[in-house]
Amino acid sequence: MGQVIQMTSNNRLFGILVPIISVLLGLLVGALIMLVSGHNPIEGYTALWNGAFYDAFTIGETIRRITPLILTGLAIAFAFRTGLFNIGAEGQVIVGWLAAVWVGIAIEAPMIIHLPLAIIAGALAGGIWGFIPGILKAKLGVHEVIVTIMMNYIALFVSNEIVRSVLTEHKTTTEKIASSASLGSEWLQSITFYSRLHYGILIALFAAAVMWFVINRTTVGYELKAVGFNRHASKYAGMNVSKNIVLSMVISGVFAGLAGVMEGLGTYGTVSVISGFTNLGFDGIAVALLGANNPLGVVLAAILFGVLKEGAGEMPSAGVPTELVDIIIAIIIFFVASSYIIRWTLTRFKKEGK
Amino acid sequence: MKKLGLLVVLILSLGLFLAACGGGDNKEKGNNNNSGDTAKNEDSNDFKVGMVTDLGGVDDKSFNQSAWEGLKVFGEQNGLTEGEGYTYEQSNAKEDYIPNLTRLVRNKYDLIYGIGFELKEDLTTIAEQNSDLHFAIVDDVIELPNVVSITFKEHEGSFLVGVAAALKTKTNKLGFVGGIDSPLINKFEAGFIAGAKSVNPNIEVDVQYAESFGDPAKGKLIATNMYNNGIDVIYHASGATGNGVFNQAKDLKQNDADREIWVIGVDRDQHEEGKVGDQNVTLTSMIKRVDVAVENVSTMSMKNEFPGGEKLEFGIEEDGIGFATTNQEAMTEEIINTVNEWKDKILKGEVKVPTTREELKTFEEGL
Repeated sequence: MGQVIQMTSNNRLFGILVPIISVLLGLLVGALIMLVSGHNPIEGYTALWNGAFYDAFTIGETIRRITPLILTGLAIAFAFRTGLFNIGAEGQVIVGWLAAVWVGIAIEAPMIIHLPLAIIAGALAGGIWGFIPGILKAKLGVHEVIVTIMMNYIALFVSNEIVRSVLTEHKTTTEKIASSASLGSEWLQSITFYSRLHYGILIALFAAAVMWFVINRTTVGYELKAVGFNRHASKYAGMNVSKNIVLSMVISGVFAGLAGVMEGLGTYGTVSVISGFTNLGFDGIAVALLGANNPLGVVLAAILFGVLKEGAGEMPSAGVPTELVDIIIAIIIFFVASSYIIRWTLTRFKKEGK
Repeated sequence: MKKLGLLVVLILSLGLFLAACGGGDNKEKGNNNNSGDTAKNEDSNDFKVGMVTDLGGVDDKSFNQSAWEGLKVFGEQNGLTEGEGYTYEQSNAKEDYIPNLTRLVRNKYDLIYGIGFELKEDLTTIAEQNSDLHFAIVDDVIELPNVVSITFKEHEGSFLVGVAAALKTKTNKLGFVGGIDSPLINKFEAGFIAGAKSVNPNIEVDVQYAESFGDPAKGKLIATNMYNNGIDVIYHASGATGNGVFNQAKDLKQNDADREIWVIGVDRDQHEEGKVGDQNVTLTSMIKRVDVAVENVSTMSMKNEFPGGEKLEFGIEEDGIGFATTNQEAMTEEIINTVNEWKDKILKGEVKVPTTREELKTFEEGL
């Protein structure tokens, strides 16, 4: 009995230690790369820090950047919990963005109706984009990775075409959404020197709380997790596996759709013809991985990535190319993914310690 | 119990949010001191000019690189140091535009360029907030008193390379690879087709858009299909995507040195990009002198003659648009002479080059 407790507490300890060590190793390797390429790592990291926390403006921008990352991280983590790999968060972000802005432009209503409507439209669009791969997986066994990748391209090109032909007359950006549908706030902008900080961060944190609640405190969440652990055992236990797969993809899509809503109603207030993926969905995979698919972990990982990415813009002032931050992130992910190595090393040290 | 847990999380998250805001206030004070320092330093330096790239980056071998080259020439001529007197901010994603522009504003740059129409909205926002600073947008128009809009008559240059392509092709099939299907790139498309059909109305032009200015893989794929379908000259107006077009042409040329296939470059003279051993697949390039425009506007601004609120349009007449003759083997004297004849016709106003698909239709009917 005592042994069992020790093992679980060890696992929990490892669960926290592995990401932390990975982050430290990533930063360390980044410093080494800077040294080797003839830059001063202290200056480099100071610039990175200043880029993210220099003044109210950069902090506002950093929080803004964190917001959609939390949501895409949650989207991917949620699907992971049911054993599904939702690479389609990217496409779900795009359709969520489009739908929210569309409602924001096309409808006139008081804010109390308009804003929630636009948010729900975006979430719903993301949900539908998640439903399609979900139902294909559940009914026909088509692998969700393949379908979601394809759905990304469909979302990108359909969205571009709608912007061009439906929302505008062959222009590349729509008009701004009505202020009654905007998440932006003059107050938040005034305290952050016109940064694009908006109320979306509250929605993102609320979504994290919702995910925690659903996964840990409801029967639905228990079933979703069970399907993730062992599909066949869940079926044997009388759960409806198909229903749970579809449900998981839809909820995952809703989270990703909300990330698009953040960009549409918060950051830009418009939707543009985009020349490539936003990368929010793909970065979400890294966030979910680093956050160990746990809502709190996802929030923390999103903060880390947001800070790294926002701070990266300042690094050229120390002569360090911004690409270095992408390398550091890649190394962090590498160590998280190969957590087995860290785990093995830690156990080895522990044994020798005894 | 369930609800209690939820409440705790909510309170914690709110706390996190407030903590972040609180931190912001402290930093804000620090910033005020800092900006005071930079203001003092500014007195000793005279003029600072910076640019924000679009997604291509300053090494895109095309549009952004040309702008940066112009800025470098300006900086070196006026004894400014890179990084202090003149600088660039690279944008890796659309969301970087605002932070990059703000960084230049905060560092007290007197003149700030937004390179590319993608920056229009964000540059407008920043220019409205900083009415005391000067801004310039390339390839689009912003109507504000402190912004100068720099545009080019790309359709004229595209017309000329269209003429060259029509004279060079043996299959009478040409290809056009565009970046994003947008009013700007449509100008290239319309001009090119008009030029080609002016020489030979029976020429077919296959038009494809990559939906990206930064996707060489897509460019290569489109080029593969075009060359397989018998197209022998491709004109690309697609930034870094076009590198894939060059890549495919060079691959084909490497395997079969006798095959006659050509690429027409854009924005800069892309002769370097077309080299395969002793041969070169770059027929010519539609040259858009972003560097000249950037240099001119910077000089005007430094002399306190900033043309705020104006629309500067650079065409053949202003030496802002031209075509490359670097590849002397491919661009024979005969071709160059014919192209120059058309150039004169445009200058004299005998030919009005179409800028949109609708205008192109009318133009074709008039042939």
